[in-house]
Amino acid sequence: MFLLAVSIDTDPELLLARVLDGLRFGSGYGALALALVMIYKATGVLNFAQGELALLGIYIAWAFSVGWGWPIIVAVILAIFITATLAAGIERTIIRPFDPSNHLPLVIVTLGLFLAINSFVAVTWTTDLKALPSMFPSGNVFAVGVAHLTWSGLGMFITVFAMLGAVTLLLNRTKIGLAFRAVSSNIESAELVGIKVGQTLQFGWALAAAIGTLAGALLVPELQVLDPNVMLSTLVFAFAGAALGGLDSPKGAVIGGILVGLIRNVVVQSVSFIPSELSVGAAVFVILLVLLVKPSGLFGSSKVVRV
Amino acid sequence: MSEALLHVSDLEAAYGAVKVLHGIDFTVNVGDISVVLGANGAGKTTTLRAICGQVHTSGSIAFHGAEIIHEATADIVRRGIAHVPQGRGTFPELSVTDNLEAGAFVRKDSEINDDIEKWLEIFPVLGERRGQLAGSLSGGEQQMLAVARAMMSRPRLLLLDEPSLGLAPIIIEDLFGRLAAINADEGMTMLIVEQNANLALAVASHAYVLEAGTIAISGEPEVLSGDEAVRRAYLGY
Repeated sequence: MFLLAVSIDTDPELLLARVLDGLRFGSGYGALALALVMIYKATGVLNFAQGELALLGIYIAWAFSVGWGWPIIVAVILAIFITATLAAGIERTIIRPFDPSNHLPLVIVTLGLFLAINSFVAVTWTTDLKALPSMFPSGNVFAVGVAHLTWSGLGMFITVFAMLGAVTLLLNRTKIGLAFRAVSSNIESAELVGIKVGQTLQFGWALAAAIGTLAGALLVPELQVLDPNVMLSTLVFAFAGAALGGLDSPKGAVIGGILVGLIRNVVVQSVSFIPSELSVGAAVFVILLVLLVKPSGLFGSSKVVRV
Repeated sequence: MSEALLHVSDLEAAYGAVKVLHGIDFTVNVGDISVVLGANGAGKTTTLRAICGQVHTSGSIAFHGAEIIHEATADIVRRGIAHVPQGRGTFPELSVTDNLEAGAFVRKDSEINDDIEKWLEIFPVLGERRGQLAGSLSGGEQQMLAVARAMMSRPRLLLLDEPSLGLAPIIIEDLFGRLAAINADEGMTMLIVEQNANLALAVASHAYVLEAGTIAISGEPEVLSGDEAVRRAYLGY
Protein backbone atom coordinates (compact mmCIF):
# COMPACT_ATOMS: atom_id res chain seq x y z
CA MET A 1 0.00 0.00 0.00
CA PHE A 2 1.19 3.46 -0.92
CA LEU A 3 1.15 5.93 1.92
CA LEU A 4 1.55 9.56 1.08
CA ALA A 5 2.99 11.42 4.01
CA VAL A 6 2.92 15.13 3.43
CA SER A 7 4.86 17.37 5.70
CA ILE A 8 5.83 20.93 5.13
CA ASP A 9 8.88 22.60 6.61
CA THR A 10 7.83 25.57 8.66
CA ASP A 11 11.16 26.68 10.05
CA PRO A 12 10.99 30.45 9.36
CA GLU A 13 14.73 30.90 8.84
CA LEU A 14 14.85 28.06 6.34
CA LEU A 15 11.77 29.42 4.62
CA LEU A 16 13.31 32.89 4.38
CA ALA A 17 16.51 31.40 3.00
CA ARG A 18 14.52 29.57 0.33
CA VAL A 19 12.51 32.67 -0.56
CA LEU A 20 15.71 34.69 -0.97
CA ASP A 21 17.25 31.92 -3.10
CA GLY A 22 14.07 31.76 -5.15
CA LEU A 23 14.11 35.50 -5.77
CA ARG A 24 17.81 35.46 -6.64
CA PHE A 25 17.72 32.61 -9.15
CA GLY A 26 14.26 33.64 -10.32
CA SER A 27 15.60 37.08 -11.29
CA GLY A 28 18.13 35.34 -13.50
CA TYR A 29 15.44 33.17 -15.12
CA GLY A 30 13.27 36.26 -15.54
CA ALA A 31 16.08 38.15 -17.26
CA LEU A 32 16.63 35.35 -19.78
CA ALA A 33 12.85 34.98 -20.18
CA LEU A 34 12.75 38.69 -21.08
CA ALA A 35 15.16 38.00 -23.93
CA LEU A 36 13.02 35.07 -25.14
CA VAL A 37 9.89 37.21 -25.04
CA MET A 38 11.47 39.98 -27.15
CA ILE A 39 12.06 37.50 -29.99
CA TYR A 40 8.73 35.73 -29.52
CA LYS A 41 6.81 39.02 -29.51
CA ALA A 42 8.44 40.16 -32.72
CA THR A 43 8.46 36.89 -34.65
CA GLY A 44 6.26 34.33 -32.91
CA VAL A 45 9.32 32.07 -32.72
CA LEU A 46 10.79 30.52 -29.58
CA ASN A 47 14.52 31.07 -29.88
CA PHE A 48 16.21 27.93 -28.61
CA ALA A 49 19.60 29.56 -29.18
CA GLN A 50 18.90 32.38 -26.72
CA GLY A 51 20.63 30.62 -23.83
CA GLU A 52 23.66 29.72 -25.95
CA LEU A 53 24.02 33.28 -27.24
CA ALA A 54 24.14 34.25 -23.57
CA LEU A 55 26.64 31.43 -22.96
CA LEU A 56 28.90 32.84 -25.66
CA GLY A 57 28.61 36.28 -24.06
CA ILE A 58 29.49 34.84 -20.65
CA TYR A 59 32.63 33.17 -22.02
CA ILE A 60 33.63 36.37 -23.79
CA ALA A 61 33.17 38.23 -20.51
CA TRP A 62 35.20 35.50 -18.79
CA ALA A 63 37.99 35.85 -21.36
CA PHE A 64 38.15 39.63 -20.88
CA SER A 65 37.95 39.54 -17.08
CA VAL A 66 39.73 36.37 -15.94
CA GLY A 67 41.88 35.90 -19.04
CA TRP A 68 42.99 39.49 -19.63
CA GLY A 69 42.40 40.88 -16.15
CA TRP A 70 39.95 43.61 -17.15
CA PRO A 71 37.31 44.76 -14.64
CA ILE A 72 34.27 42.46 -14.79
CA ILE A 73 31.82 45.32 -15.48
CA VAL A 74 33.85 46.42 -18.52
CA ALA A 75 34.13 42.80 -19.65
CA VAL A 76 30.35 42.28 -19.41
CA ILE A 77 29.56 45.53 -21.27
CA LEU A 78 31.95 44.54 -24.06
CA ALA A 79 30.44 41.03 -24.17
CA ILE A 80 26.96 42.58 -24.45
CA PHE A 81 28.02 44.66 -27.45
CA ILE A 82 29.76 41.74 -29.11
CA THR A 83 26.85 39.30 -28.74
CA ALA A 84 24.33 41.97 -29.82
CA THR A 85 26.36 42.63 -32.98
CA LEU A 86 26.72 38.92 -33.59
CA ALA A 87 22.96 38.37 -33.14
CA ALA A 88 22.25 41.17 -35.62
CA GLY A 89 24.55 39.39 -38.08
CA ILE A 90 22.86 36.03 -37.42
CA GLU A 91 19.43 37.57 -38.07
CA ARG A 92 20.63 39.10 -41.34
CA THR A 93 22.38 36.00 -42.68
CA ILE A 94 20.55 32.90 -41.48
CA ILE A 95 17.16 34.07 -40.19
CA ARG A 96 15.98 36.70 -42.71
CA PRO A 97 16.16 34.43 -45.78
CA PHE A 98 13.36 32.31 -44.28
CA ASP A 99 9.68 33.10 -44.63
CA PRO A 100 8.84 34.85 -41.34
CA SER A 101 5.28 33.48 -41.29
CA ASN A 102 6.44 29.86 -41.35
CA HIS A 103 7.64 29.25 -37.81
CA LEU A 104 8.76 25.62 -37.80
CA PRO A 105 11.82 26.03 -40.08
CA LEU A 106 12.87 29.05 -38.00
CA VAL A 107 12.62 27.04 -34.77
CA ILE A 108 14.78 24.35 -36.38
CA VAL A 109 17.30 27.03 -37.37
CA THR A 110 17.48 28.23 -33.76
CA LEU A 111 17.99 24.62 -32.63
CA GLY A 112 20.86 24.35 -35.10
CA LEU A 113 22.30 27.60 -33.76
CA PHE A 114 21.98 26.20 -30.25
CA LEU A 115 24.20 23.24 -31.15
CA ALA A 116 26.62 25.29 -33.22
CA ILE A 117 27.24 27.94 -30.56
CA ASN A 118 27.48 25.32 -27.81
CA SER A 119 30.12 23.37 -29.77
CA PHE A 120 31.96 26.56 -30.65
CA VAL A 121 32.19 27.49 -26.97
CA ALA A 122 33.32 23.99 -25.97
CA VAL A 123 36.00 23.92 -28.69
CA THR A 124 37.24 27.46 -28.01
CA TRP A 125 37.28 27.43 -24.22
CA THR A 126 37.26 23.65 -23.47
CA THR A 127 34.77 21.98 -21.13
CA ASP A 128 36.93 22.57 -18.02
CA LEU A 129 35.06 24.18 -15.14
CA LYS A 130 35.62 27.91 -14.81
CA ALA A 131 34.22 30.65 -12.62
CA LEU A 132 32.88 34.04 -13.67
CA PRO A 133 33.37 36.81 -11.11
CA SER A 134 30.27 38.67 -9.93
CA MET A 135 29.68 42.29 -10.91
CA PHE A 136 28.55 43.02 -7.35
CA PRO A 137 30.51 43.28 -4.09
CA SER A 138 30.70 40.11 -2.00
CA GLY A 139 29.15 39.83 1.44
CA ASN A 140 25.66 40.12 2.86
CA VAL A 141 23.21 42.97 3.08
CA PHE A 142 21.79 41.13 6.11
CA ALA A 143 21.85 37.63 7.54
CA VAL A 144 19.43 35.85 9.85
CA GLY A 145 20.72 32.41 10.76
CA VAL A 146 20.88 30.36 7.55
CA ALA A 147 19.06 33.06 5.61
CA HIS A 148 21.17 35.77 4.06
CA LEU A 149 20.58 38.37 1.41
CA THR A 150 23.79 38.86 -0.54
CA TRP A 151 24.72 42.08 -2.31
CA SER A 152 24.81 40.13 -5.56
CA GLY A 153 21.30 38.79 -4.92
CA LEU A 154 19.99 42.30 -4.29
CA GLY A 155 21.95 43.60 -7.27
CA MET A 156 20.45 40.94 -9.56
CA PHE A 157 16.94 41.72 -8.41
CA ILE A 158 17.37 45.46 -8.98
CA THR A 159 19.16 44.96 -12.32
CA VAL A 160 16.37 42.73 -13.67
CA PHE A 161 13.69 45.30 -12.87
CA ALA A 162 15.87 48.06 -14.30
CA MET A 163 16.12 46.00 -17.51
CA LEU A 164 12.35 45.56 -17.55
CA GLY A 165 11.88 49.32 -17.03
CA ALA A 166 14.33 50.11 -19.82
CA VAL A 167 12.65 47.67 -22.22
CA THR A 168 9.19 49.05 -21.37
CA LEU A 169 10.34 52.63 -21.97
CA LEU A 170 12.03 51.63 -25.20
CA LEU A 171 8.92 49.85 -26.50
CA ASN A 172 6.43 52.54 -25.49
CA ARG A 173 8.32 55.81 -25.79
CA THR A 174 10.64 55.49 -28.78
CA LYS A 175 10.18 55.30 -32.52
CA ILE A 176 12.05 52.00 -32.83
CA GLY A 177 9.84 50.70 -30.02
CA LEU A 178 6.72 51.71 -31.96
CA ALA A 179 8.14 49.98 -35.04
CA PHE A 180 8.84 46.87 -32.96
CA ARG A 181 5.29 46.79 -31.58
CA ALA A 182 3.83 47.41 -35.05
CA VAL A 183 5.86 44.56 -36.56
CA SER A 184 4.78 42.26 -33.70
CA SER A 185 1.17 43.16 -34.33
CA ASN A 186 0.93 42.99 -38.14
CA ILE A 187 3.96 42.58 -40.42
CA GLU A 188 2.16 43.50 -43.64
CA SER A 189 0.67 46.69 -42.21
CA ALA A 190 4.04 47.55 -40.70
CA GLU A 191 5.54 47.46 -44.22
CA LEU A 192 2.69 49.59 -45.51
CA VAL A 193 3.41 52.40 -43.05
CA GLY A 194 7.04 52.38 -44.19
CA ILE A 195 8.63 50.37 -41.38
CA LYS A 196 11.65 48.36 -42.50
CA VAL A 197 10.60 45.02 -41.05
CA GLY A 198 13.95 43.26 -41.50
CA GLN A 199 15.89 45.97 -39.70
CA THR A 200 13.32 46.08 -36.91
CA LEU A 201 13.58 42.33 -36.34
CA GLN A 202 17.36 42.60 -36.49
CA PHE A 203 17.18 45.19 -33.74
CA GLY A 204 15.00 42.76 -31.76
CA TRP A 205 17.60 40.01 -32.10
CA ALA A 206 20.41 42.31 -31.02
CA LEU A 207 18.43 43.59 -28.05
CA ALA A 208 17.44 40.07 -26.98
CA ALA A 209 21.05 38.90 -27.19
CA ALA A 210 22.17 41.88 -25.09
CA ILE A 211 19.51 41.13 -22.47
CA GLY A 212 20.40 37.43 -22.51
CA THR A 213 24.11 38.09 -22.05
CA LEU A 214 23.41 40.38 -19.10
CA ALA A 215 21.08 37.68 -17.67
CA GLY A 216 23.88 35.11 -17.94
CA ALA A 217 26.44 37.46 -16.41
CA LEU A 218 24.08 37.94 -13.45
CA LEU A 219 23.20 34.29 -12.98
CA VAL A 220 26.40 32.35 -13.64
CA PRO A 221 28.39 33.80 -10.69
CA GLU A 222 25.49 32.66 -8.45
CA LEU A 223 25.70 29.13 -9.85
CA GLN A 224 29.43 29.27 -9.01
CA VAL A 225 30.48 27.12 -11.98
CA LEU A 226 30.89 27.95 -15.63
CA ASP A 227 30.93 25.17 -18.18
CA PRO A 228 29.41 24.94 -21.68
CA ASN A 229 26.19 23.39 -20.32
CA VAL A 230 25.52 26.04 -17.70
CA MET A 231 22.68 27.69 -19.63
CA LEU A 232 20.76 24.49 -20.42
CA SER A 233 18.62 24.18 -17.28
CA THR A 234 18.47 27.98 -17.09
CA LEU A 235 16.91 28.05 -20.56
CA VAL A 236 14.29 25.50 -19.48
CA PHE A 237 13.41 27.59 -16.42
CA ALA A 238 13.37 30.76 -18.53
CA PHE A 239 11.01 29.12 -21.05
CA ALA A 240 8.82 28.02 -18.16
CA GLY A 241 8.87 31.54 -16.71
CA ALA A 242 8.03 33.12 -20.06
CA ALA A 243 5.16 30.67 -20.61
CA LEU A 244 3.89 31.27 -17.09
CA GLY A 245 4.03 35.06 -17.42
CA GLY A 246 2.67 35.15 -20.96
CA LEU A 247 4.97 34.73 -23.94
CA ASP A 248 4.29 38.19 -25.37
CA SER A 249 4.59 40.18 -22.14
CA PRO A 250 7.97 41.58 -20.96
CA LYS A 251 6.51 42.18 -17.50
CA GLY A 252 5.11 38.64 -17.50
CA ALA A 253 8.54 37.23 -18.41
CA VAL A 254 10.26 38.81 -15.43
CA ILE A 255 7.50 38.01 -12.96
CA GLY A 256 7.06 34.52 -14.43
CA GLY A 257 10.80 33.87 -14.12
CA ILE A 258 10.82 34.98 -10.48
CA LEU A 259 7.77 32.81 -9.76
CA VAL A 260 9.56 29.82 -11.28
CA GLY A 261 12.52 30.52 -9.01
CA LEU A 262 10.21 30.72 -6.01
CA ILE A 263 8.27 27.58 -6.94
CA ARG A 264 11.50 25.70 -7.42
CA ASN A 265 13.20 26.83 -4.24
CA VAL A 266 10.32 27.33 -1.83
CA VAL A 267 7.44 25.07 -2.80
CA VAL A 268 9.39 22.10 -4.05
CA GLN A 269 12.00 22.08 -1.30
CA SER A 270 9.52 22.69 1.50
CA VAL A 271 7.13 19.88 0.62
CA SER A 272 8.66 16.64 1.80
CA PHE A 273 7.16 14.16 -0.66
CA ILE A 274 8.77 15.87 -3.66
CA PRO A 275 12.36 14.59 -3.85
CA SER A 276 14.71 17.50 -4.55
CA GLU A 277 16.00 15.62 -7.62
CA LEU A 278 12.57 16.20 -9.10
CA SER A 279 12.61 19.94 -8.51
CA VAL A 280 12.92 20.75 -12.21
CA GLY A 281 10.03 18.52 -13.20
CA ALA A 282 7.90 19.59 -10.27
CA ALA A 283 8.39 23.28 -11.09
CA VAL A 284 7.36 22.69 -14.67
CA PHE A 285 4.36 20.67 -13.48
CA VAL A 286 3.12 23.56 -11.36
CA ILE A 287 3.43 25.82 -14.39
CA LEU A 288 1.49 23.40 -16.57
CA LEU A 289 -1.32 23.53 -14.03
CA VAL A 290 -1.39 27.35 -14.25
CA LEU A 291 -1.38 27.24 -18.05
CA LEU A 292 -4.29 24.79 -18.06
CA VAL A 293 -6.35 27.42 -16.29
CA LYS A 294 -4.94 30.43 -18.16
CA PRO A 295 -3.40 29.35 -21.49
CA SER A 296 -2.13 32.82 -22.43
CA GLY A 297 -0.14 33.04 -19.19
CA LEU A 298 -0.55 35.46 -16.32
CA PHE A 299 0.08 38.67 -18.29
CA GLY A 300 -0.12 37.50 -21.89
CA SER A 301 -2.68 38.94 -24.27
CA SER A 302 -5.22 36.39 -25.38
CA LYS A 303 -5.88 36.92 -29.05
CA VAL A 304 -9.49 38.00 -29.20
CA VAL A 305 -10.00 40.21 -32.22
CA ARG A 306 -13.28 41.58 -33.49
CA VAL A 307 -13.77 41.58 -37.21
CA MET B 1 -5.48 68.24 -69.34
CA SER B 2 -4.89 67.23 -65.74
CA GLU B 3 -1.56 66.00 -64.45
CA ALA B 4 -0.93 62.24 -64.08
CA LEU B 5 0.14 61.23 -60.57
CA LEU B 6 0.32 57.49 -61.21
CA HIS B 7 0.83 55.96 -64.61
CA VAL B 8 0.76 52.19 -64.88
CA SER B 9 1.66 50.56 -68.17
CA ASP B 10 1.94 46.97 -69.29
CA LEU B 11 1.83 45.81 -65.66
CA GLU B 12 2.10 42.09 -65.15
CA ALA B 13 2.07 40.32 -61.80
CA ALA B 14 2.28 36.71 -60.73
CA TYR B 15 2.19 34.61 -57.59
CA GLY B 16 4.72 31.94 -58.40
CA ALA B 17 3.62 30.35 -61.65
CA VAL B 18 0.12 31.82 -61.49
CA LYS B 19 -0.07 35.00 -63.54
CA VAL B 20 -2.74 37.34 -62.22
CA LEU B 21 -2.25 40.56 -64.20
CA HIS B 22 -1.72 40.28 -67.94
CA GLY B 23 -0.37 43.70 -68.86
CA ILE B 24 -2.71 46.42 -67.65
CA ASP B 25 -2.52 50.17 -68.33
CA PHE B 26 -4.20 52.94 -66.41
CA THR B 27 -3.61 56.43 -65.13
CA VAL B 28 -4.63 58.21 -61.93
CA ASN B 29 -4.70 62.00 -62.25
CA VAL B 30 -3.91 64.45 -59.46
CA GLY B 31 -7.01 65.20 -57.37
CA ASP B 32 -9.08 62.40 -58.90
CA ILE B 33 -10.82 59.46 -57.32
CA SER B 34 -10.15 56.59 -59.70
CA VAL B 35 -12.09 53.41 -59.19
CA VAL B 36 -11.23 49.91 -60.35
CA LEU B 37 -14.23 47.60 -60.47
CA GLY B 38 -14.06 43.88 -60.89
CA ALA B 39 -15.28 40.54 -59.64
CA ASN B 40 -13.46 38.29 -57.19
CA GLY B 41 -10.22 37.06 -58.70
CA ALA B 42 -10.07 39.74 -61.38
CA GLY B 43 -6.78 41.04 -59.98
CA LYS B 44 -7.94 44.15 -58.07
CA THR B 45 -6.04 43.45 -54.88
CA THR B 46 -3.00 42.34 -56.85
CA THR B 47 -3.02 45.66 -58.74
CA LEU B 48 -2.73 47.58 -55.48
CA ARG B 49 -0.17 45.18 -54.04
CA ALA B 50 1.89 45.57 -57.21
CA ILE B 51 1.90 49.36 -56.84
CA CYS B 52 3.21 48.92 -53.26
CA GLY B 53 5.91 46.47 -54.25
CA GLN B 54 4.32 43.53 -52.47
CA VAL B 55 4.19 41.12 -55.42
CA HIS B 56 6.59 40.21 -58.21
CA THR B 57 5.83 42.43 -61.16
CA SER B 58 7.05 43.53 -64.55
CA GLY B 59 6.09 46.50 -66.67
CA SER B 60 6.14 50.11 -65.53
CA ILE B 61 4.70 51.98 -62.56
CA ALA B 62 5.52 55.68 -62.75
CA PHE B 63 4.71 57.76 -59.68
CA HIS B 64 5.22 61.49 -60.14
CA GLY B 65 7.32 60.66 -63.14
CA ALA B 66 9.66 58.30 -61.24
CA GLU B 67 9.80 54.58 -61.97
CA ILE B 68 9.00 52.71 -58.73
CA ILE B 69 8.35 49.18 -59.93
CA HIS B 70 11.43 47.60 -58.37
CA GLU B 71 11.48 49.65 -55.17
CA ALA B 72 10.93 48.18 -51.69
CA THR B 73 7.57 48.77 -50.02
CA ALA B 74 9.07 50.94 -47.29
CA ASP B 75 10.63 53.24 -49.94
CA ILE B 76 7.41 53.44 -51.97
CA VAL B 77 5.60 54.55 -48.81
CA ARG B 78 8.25 57.26 -48.36
CA ARG B 79 7.49 58.52 -51.86
CA GLY B 80 3.93 59.25 -50.74
CA ILE B 81 1.77 56.22 -51.44
CA ALA B 82 -0.44 55.03 -48.58
CA HIS B 83 -2.31 51.74 -48.81
CA VAL B 84 -5.40 50.71 -46.84
CA PRO B 85 -5.24 46.94 -47.39
CA GLN B 86 -8.17 44.59 -47.63
CA GLY B 87 -9.38 43.50 -44.20
CA ARG B 88 -8.44 46.89 -42.64
CA GLY B 89 -4.81 46.14 -41.81
CA THR B 90 -4.73 47.94 -38.50
CA PHE B 91 -2.43 46.96 -35.63
CA PRO B 92 -4.89 45.10 -33.37
CA GLU B 93 -2.62 45.08 -30.29
CA LEU B 94 -1.89 48.81 -30.52
CA SER B 95 -4.12 51.60 -29.25
CA VAL B 96 -5.98 53.91 -31.65
CA THR B 97 -3.48 56.73 -31.10
CA ASP B 98 -0.49 54.37 -31.45
CA ASN B 99 -1.96 53.14 -34.75
CA LEU B 100 -2.11 56.75 -35.95
CA GLU B 101 1.41 57.44 -34.72
CA ALA B 102 2.63 54.35 -36.58
CA GLY B 103 0.91 55.74 -39.68
CA ALA B 104 3.21 58.76 -39.44
CA PHE B 105 6.30 56.53 -39.20
CA VAL B 106 7.91 57.97 -42.34
CA ARG B 107 7.42 61.59 -41.23
CA LYS B 108 10.06 63.61 -39.42
CA ASP B 109 8.16 66.87 -38.87
CA SER B 110 6.81 68.19 -35.58
CA GLU B 111 3.13 68.24 -36.53
CA ILE B 112 2.43 64.55 -35.98
CA ASN B 113 0.55 65.07 -32.71
CA ASP B 114 -1.54 67.88 -34.26
CA ASP B 115 -2.40 65.54 -37.13
CA ILE B 116 -3.43 62.78 -34.71
CA GLU B 117 -5.84 65.23 -33.05
CA LYS B 118 -7.09 66.37 -36.45
CA TRP B 119 -7.99 62.85 -37.58
CA LEU B 120 -9.57 62.01 -34.23
CA GLU B 121 -11.81 65.05 -34.83
CA ILE B 122 -12.61 64.08 -38.41
CA PHE B 123 -13.53 60.60 -37.15
CA PRO B 124 -15.09 61.43 -33.76
CA VAL B 125 -15.91 57.78 -33.09
CA LEU B 126 -12.13 57.15 -33.02
CA GLY B 127 -11.66 60.14 -30.73
CA GLU B 128 -13.97 58.51 -28.21
CA ARG B 129 -11.90 55.33 -28.36
CA ARG B 130 -8.42 56.82 -28.59
CA GLY B 131 -6.94 54.68 -25.81
CA GLN B 132 -8.67 51.48 -26.86
CA LEU B 133 -6.84 48.68 -28.67
CA ALA B 134 -7.63 48.67 -32.38
CA GLY B 135 -8.55 44.98 -32.20
CA SER B 136 -11.49 45.83 -29.94
CA LEU B 137 -13.07 48.25 -32.45
CA SER B 138 -15.99 47.28 -34.68
CA GLY B 139 -15.40 46.60 -38.37
CA GLY B 140 -16.55 50.07 -39.43
CA GLU B 141 -14.41 51.75 -36.77
CA GLN B 142 -11.39 49.72 -37.81
CA GLN B 143 -11.89 50.74 -41.43
CA MET B 144 -12.02 54.40 -40.42
CA LEU B 145 -8.90 53.89 -38.31
CA ALA B 146 -7.18 52.29 -41.30
CA VAL B 147 -8.08 55.30 -43.49
CA ALA B 148 -6.97 57.78 -40.83
CA ARG B 149 -3.75 55.85 -40.28
CA ALA B 150 -2.99 55.91 -44.00
CA MET B 151 -3.67 59.67 -44.11
CA MET B 152 -1.24 60.17 -41.20
CA SER B 153 1.67 59.62 -43.59
CA ARG B 154 0.45 62.73 -45.52
CA PRO B 155 0.43 60.74 -48.74
CA ARG B 156 0.04 62.07 -52.26
CA LEU B 157 -1.89 58.97 -53.30
CA LEU B 158 -4.24 56.90 -51.16
CA LEU B 159 -4.93 53.31 -52.23
CA LEU B 160 -8.03 51.63 -50.80
CA ASP B 161 -8.66 47.91 -51.21
CA GLU B 162 -12.39 47.11 -51.00
CA PRO B 163 -13.12 49.46 -48.12
CA SER B 164 -16.77 48.34 -48.09
CA LEU B 165 -15.94 44.68 -47.47
CA GLY B 166 -17.88 43.19 -44.58
CA LEU B 167 -19.50 46.46 -43.51
CA ALA B 168 -23.20 47.24 -43.07
CA PRO B 169 -24.74 49.34 -45.91
CA ILE B 170 -25.28 52.39 -43.71
CA ILE B 171 -21.62 52.28 -42.57
CA ILE B 172 -20.44 51.90 -46.18
CA GLU B 173 -22.46 54.95 -47.24
CA ASP B 174 -21.00 56.97 -44.36
CA LEU B 175 -17.48 55.79 -45.24
CA PHE B 176 -17.75 56.74 -48.92
CA GLY B 177 -19.17 60.14 -47.90
CA ARG B 178 -16.08 60.66 -45.75
CA LEU B 179 -13.73 59.52 -48.51
CA ALA B 180 -15.37 62.02 -50.90
CA ALA B 181 -14.94 64.72 -48.23
CA ILE B 182 -11.25 63.86 -47.74
CA ASN B 183 -10.82 64.03 -51.50
CA ALA B 184 -12.49 67.45 -51.63
CA ASP B 185 -11.02 68.98 -48.44
CA GLU B 186 -7.47 67.65 -48.64
CA GLY B 187 -7.27 67.37 -52.42
CA MET B 188 -6.32 63.74 -51.81
CA THR B 189 -5.89 61.62 -54.91
CA MET B 190 -7.35 58.15 -54.45
CA LEU B 191 -7.36 54.82 -56.21
CA ILE B 192 -10.18 52.63 -54.89
CA VAL B 193 -10.80 49.04 -55.90
CA GLU B 194 -14.33 47.91 -55.17
CA GLN B 195 -17.02 45.38 -55.86
CA ASN B 196 -19.67 47.76 -54.57
CA ALA B 197 -19.95 49.50 -57.93
CA ASN B 198 -22.89 51.82 -57.21
CA LEU B 199 -21.23 53.64 -54.35
CA ALA B 200 -17.80 53.60 -55.92
CA LEU B 201 -19.05 55.09 -59.19
CA ALA B 202 -20.93 57.76 -57.25
CA VAL B 203 -17.68 59.20 -55.89
CA ALA B 204 -15.43 58.37 -58.84
CA SER B 205 -13.96 60.79 -61.37
CA HIS B 206 -12.73 57.94 -63.54
CA ALA B 207 -13.38 54.23 -63.54
CA TYR B 208 -11.87 51.03 -64.89
CA VAL B 209 -13.30 47.55 -65.10
CA LEU B 210 -10.78 44.78 -64.50
CA GLU B 211 -11.67 41.38 -65.90
CA ALA B 212 -9.40 38.33 -65.62
CA GLY B 213 -6.27 40.41 -65.29
CA THR B 214 -6.90 42.89 -68.10
CA ILE B 215 -8.65 46.27 -68.26
CA ALA B 216 -11.90 45.54 -70.07
CA ILE B 217 -13.54 48.98 -70.02
CA SER B 218 -12.44 52.42 -68.92
CA GLY B 219 -14.06 55.82 -68.85
CA GLU B 220 -16.10 58.40 -66.96
CA PRO B 221 -18.35 56.87 -64.31
CA GLU B 222 -21.42 58.00 -66.28
CA VAL B 223 -20.15 56.14 -69.33
CA LEU B 224 -19.68 52.97 -67.29
CA SER B 225 -23.06 53.26 -65.59
CA GLY B 226 -24.58 53.59 -69.05
CA ASP B 227 -22.79 50.53 -70.39
CA GLU B 228 -25.17 47.61 -70.68
CA ALA B 229 -22.57 44.94 -69.81
CA VAL B 230 -21.19 46.86 -66.82
CA ARG B 231 -24.68 47.51 -65.54
CA ARG B 232 -25.63 43.89 -65.66
CA ALA B 233 -22.35 42.55 -64.29
CA TYR B 234 -21.58 45.07 -61.54
CA LEU B 235 -24.58 47.29 -60.86
CA GLY B 236 -27.19 44.58 -60.76
CA TYR B 237 -30.00 46.18 -62.77
